[in-house]
Amino acid sequence: MPAEFAFPDNAAKTAEAQPEFQTEKMSLSMGPSHPSTHGVLRLQMELDGEILTKADPVVGYLHRGDEKIAENMTYNQFVPYTDRLDYLAPTANNMAYAIAVERLAKLEVPPRCQAIRVITAEMARISSHLMGLGAFGLDVGAWTVLLYSLNEREKLYKLFEELTGARFTTSYTRIGGVTRDVPEGWLGRVNTFCDEFLPMLEETLSLLTRNKIFHERTVGVGVISKADAIGYGLTGPNLRGSGIGLDLRKDKPYSGYEQYEFDVPVGTKGDCYDRYLVRGEEMRQSARIIKQAIAKFPGGDWYAKDARKIFAPPKDKILTSMEELIQNFMLVTEGPQMPAGEVYFEAENPKGILGFYIVSKGGGVPWRLKIRSPSFCNLSILPKICVGILISDVVAILGSLDFVMGECDR
Amino acid sequence: MSADATTALKGKFPQVTDRASADHPAVDVPPADLVAALQYLRDECAFDMLMDISGVDWAEGASPRFTVVYHLFSTKRHEYFRVATPCTGSDAEPVAPSVVSLWPGANWHEREAYDMFGIKFAGHPDLRRILMWDGYPYHPLRKEFPLAGLEAPLPGPDVEEETGTRLISAPMAGGPFVASPGEMNLTEAEPRAKDQSWNERNVKPE
Repeated sequence: MPAEFAFPDNAAKTAEAQPEFQTEKMSLSMGPSHPSTHGVLRLQMELDGEILTKADPVVGYLHRGDEKIAENMTYNQFVPYTDRLDYLAPTANNMAYAIAVERLAKLEVPPRCQAIRVITAEMARISSHLMGLGAFGLDVGAWTVLLYSLNEREKLYKLFEELTGARFTTSYTRIGGVTRDVPEGWLGRVNTFCDEFLPMLEETLSLLTRNKIFHERTVGVGVISKADAIGYGLTGPNLRGSGIGLDLRKDKPYSGYEQYEFDVPVGTKGDCYDRYLVRGEEMRQSARIIKQAIAKFPGGDWYAKDARKIFAPPKDKILTSMEELIQNFMLVTEGPQMPAGEVYFEAENPKGILGFYIVSKGGGVPWRLKIRSPSFCNLSILPKICVGILISDVVAILGSLDFVMGECDR
Repeated sequence: MSADATTALKGKFPQVTDRASADHPAVDVPPADLVAALQYLRDECAFDMLMDISGVDWAEGASPRFTVVYHLFSTKRHEYFRVATPCTGSDAEPVAPSVVSLWPGANWHEREAYDMFGIKFAGHPDLRRILMWDGYPYHPLRKEFPLAGLEAPLPGPDVEEETGTRLISAPMAGGPFVASPGEMNLTEAEPRAKDQSWNERNVKPE
């Protein structure tokens, strides 16, 4: 038995102590089509009985070349592609991308636009965490949680549909604004959702938090130390579960997050259970942020009116006025005009920190657009933590990391 | 504080120069000093987190043709720092030093840059492709690689035999229609089909 890892499990310790229990190594491929790999992740594992001695994640099955595509289209045309990164939280991706390009253009959007973006991003966070929670429960054998959380998520999708016209791939932001203002009465319905959601969330979480079986499957499993979490570039609930309170909404506020009061939950041990607790608390905090944003929802414009070379004028103006028609024509054919330069912007997305590095040589097309995806970095720790554990714990670890392959593979 | 980091870094490594940036402080570091400079930033300037490694291709004929860009973040001061280094070696096989010894998370980022640009990271423990499959012959994010893709063998030769499928370039129907970047007059910059004007009927010239 190689000496570089220690077995946490008792049975495994026995096997380690008594070499006659060791058997021939077996290799097993899990995925790319496997219910617990949440998409198309493949794990190439080396097993000694039930114990993993090596795990090598194989990613890239969902690689679509988003970065290459971005170099061949205008900034606005790329917005729909950002939906398809973390497809469980499209509005949060939209916002991160829009702010990155606005930083390049040195453009500030009005407070109303910022508030709309914050509300949609936090709704996306709740929706993404609900899916993550349900799938995690399902992975470790708790069916009911998924039914509860999908029920709540459906209500969110109704609200998204009303605002953006689409349930899943919303493409809601534009560079310098959003596609349309909030509909009449929509904020009230979001507020009602938050009020009804919180008791439902408590009920859903109560299925797991003190559940004996859930404890057995998650407490002390997949422990990630602080140093490892930093070294591997983990972000989001996975980093905070390990006890590091890094949250860009708090530490490097964007889109007006500094106006809202919310807490950043952190774990103590960094195991699967801590990551679950962090996600549960984050949903409560998201609902808190949404309610604050609605309470002080600002008036005024919902797009940067002075950004004539970036944001398209209203449709009725395009159809009736020469000036606006020309402006719209230039925007559609040449894209929003950006200065030359380099920017890197990161936003705190549900899965972790989503970053966009844009190299511009001027004009409407980026020269290089790199997407720093949180799921990619979060998965890179797997070879480190998936050693010396039981094969059934791999399922719990994958569920607790809550990754999305659309974002990992880009 | 980040301005101090730039000054301190320049004092320690005289070869370091400022890099144009629209947001965070940024420096150019020669490849020979890269690992030491990043270690200095990590240990002395509290930039403890490596957020991202990104390759950039400045197109054929540019010097340097490839650059590797590192984004560091300080979890204590909440600031970013950008470090760029030009690649040495030839256009076909650019080389950059590996920083896996400093941050284990650099492993996958460097594999990705190798996969997409063909940048060889000297000292990387396991430099394999990550998003494309092993044995794929091209580096897709290089500027000469067309958006439509190129014909390539499938991962296993038996796959081609069994399924009768081939990996061919995508029909682009004349696209993509985008304006060219850079300062130029409208006739030069106007949207036009670039080098990919073939479609289903008008096949790509060999």
